[in-house]
Amino acid sequence: MSNRRLGIFIAELVTALFFILFMFPFYLVLINSAKTAFEVTQYPLTWPAKWGNLIDNIVKIWTSEAVRYPSSLVASAIITSLSLVLINLLSAQAGWALVRTKNVISNVIFFIFVAAMVIPFQIVMFPLLSWFRMTTLATGIPLLRTYQGIILAYIGFGASLSIFMFHGFIKSIPLELEEAATIDGCKRHQIFYEIIFPILTPIQATVMVLNGIWIWNDYLLPLLVLGKGNDIMTLPLAVSNFAGAFVKQWDLILTAILLAMIPVIIFFLFAQKYIVKGMIAGSIK
Amino acid sequence: MTKKSESNLVFWLFLAPVLFAFLMVMVIPFIMGSFYAFTNWSSSAKLDGGFRFVGFENFVKSFQDPSFLYAFGVTFVYTILNMFFINLVAFALALLVTSELRLKHIYRVGFFVPNLIGGLILGYIWQFIFNNAIPSLGNLIPALKFLSDPNNLMLSKNTSALIAMVIVGTWQYAGYIMMIYIAAIENVPQELHEAAKIDGATPWIRLKAITIPMAAQAFTVTIFLTLVNSFKQFDVNVSLTSGGPSTMLFGKPILGTELIALNIYNTAFISNNLAQGQARAVVFFLVLAIISIIQVYVNKKKEIEL
Repeated sequence: MSNRRLGIFIAELVTALFFILFMFPFYLVLINSAKTAFEVTQYPLTWPAKWGNLIDNIVKIWTSEAVRYPSSLVASAIITSLSLVLINLLSAQAGWALVRTKNVISNVIFFIFVAAMVIPFQIVMFPLLSWFRMTTLATGIPLLRTYQGIILAYIGFGASLSIFMFHGFIKSIPLELEEAATIDGCKRHQIFYEIIFPILTPIQATVMVLNGIWIWNDYLLPLLVLGKGNDIMTLPLAVSNFAGAFVKQWDLILTAILLAMIPVIIFFLFAQKYIVKGMIAGSIK
Repeated sequence: MTKKSESNLVFWLFLAPVLFAFLMVMVIPFIMGSFYAFTNWSSSAKLDGGFRFVGFENFVKSFQDPSFLYAFGVTFVYTILNMFFINLVAFALALLVTSELRLKHIYRVGFFVPNLIGGLILGYIWQFIFNNAIPSLGNLIPALKFLSDPNNLMLSKNTSALIAMVIVGTWQYAGYIMMIYIAAIENVPQELHEAAKIDGATPWIRLKAITIPMAAQAFTVTIFLTLVNSFKQFDVNVSLTSGGPSTMLFGKPILGTELIALNIYNTAFISNNLAQGQARAVVFFLVLAIISIIQVYVNKKKEIEL
């Protein structure tokens, strides 16, 4: 018995040690965001002399031309939320159409969506830019450096995994449910929007979590599609822009990082259960 | 309208928006890209008459370029190390937090958090740690004086900078992979453990004979997941080392920790060679496609065994 208690004690100790190790980088960001430039370089490990500096640094970042924190936060929020709403609805209806229409065409389309999950962004990124330019030339609709362009890109890149997940879930919904609705006089599209879509809530949460974390943190796609020096700038672009412009000004870089992390961490604390579940489900694709 | 044509119409209407986006950003650029890799494509040759087919020239030149070969090698080493350490730490953490610890829920959340923050931001945090925090530790503790020597900075040498990237990669992904292991470990029926205990099995034997075999399915998932994620690493590479420090290979200066994804980007935008960057992206894609085929094959085989 005492052997067992000792074992648990050691496990507790080791885990706590790991935990401190894992949290330490965040702790460093926090304490060093409350220091002056001199303090950060001289004493990066010590407790800040004056926590009031944190407010000063936050004000500096909030008003900085390189970060434009308020507008970057808004841009990130617009891009992520609109992309998520659209990916969710459009992939769900596409997934349903593909499950409920059984023929060669629907099988081929589904197969292409699934196969595309292997395609890395790198092989499409350069031609994507010139294709967007050509499309704009032909139609007059600006795609590069615009909200519509980047949201279209996220729908296209998010479609494969999302359709795959909806497809798998919808297959398990009994057809009798829809047949009963048809007898009651429901039209095809009504069946989806009024009966099926509400049943999909759990898988919708998963799809939103997976795409949300990816889109919010994404760096390369916004860098290419939105570009540098654009009025529309996401938070990762803002942080890299700032870090590039103020090399080694760690007090402010770390404050910018702190401000960029806060929204994610708040969101995580509220939606913890769904996020963990969603990410596990997404790994087993 | 007949029933049949109504459902046909709904099928296409429902599919149309996502199909449009998918064609615009995936299918068409993919076809263009596969073709451009065999041309002298550049931002200037695009519209005038200079645009022509060059066969395998871009591929041949890529494989003659030390920086590309080196990036492949570095990516290979990085991927192997990253896979190993992520899975090792993740499995250890999963075993710890599924035992009877008092704070296990807080621990789980804590280990998972780095995964929610983008690689770009994580890279900057760790750049600060390696360049400022660790040297300052040397100033505080006399026994660790060597840490404050600028020559001993982790990011100043290739090998140690690569290890630094593995440390960040492990910190970033271990919590996520841990969650997958937790799910697998908690799926093992408690009766198996009870029965083994009655037979006198020690915790170590139960781990080897019950937990690990029962979690085998999870290992396939996590190994491929970490393999592909490490192979595609870009964000941390950009913000932690930017590919540096420089080194020499075959008499040419190259970047010492440049992974393939960054090499592709730099070839196109820094060396201004779009066609060759595209050819490298095609090679990158082929490697990933082969990994995926192996993954599907392994999974199929596993299913049959079960």
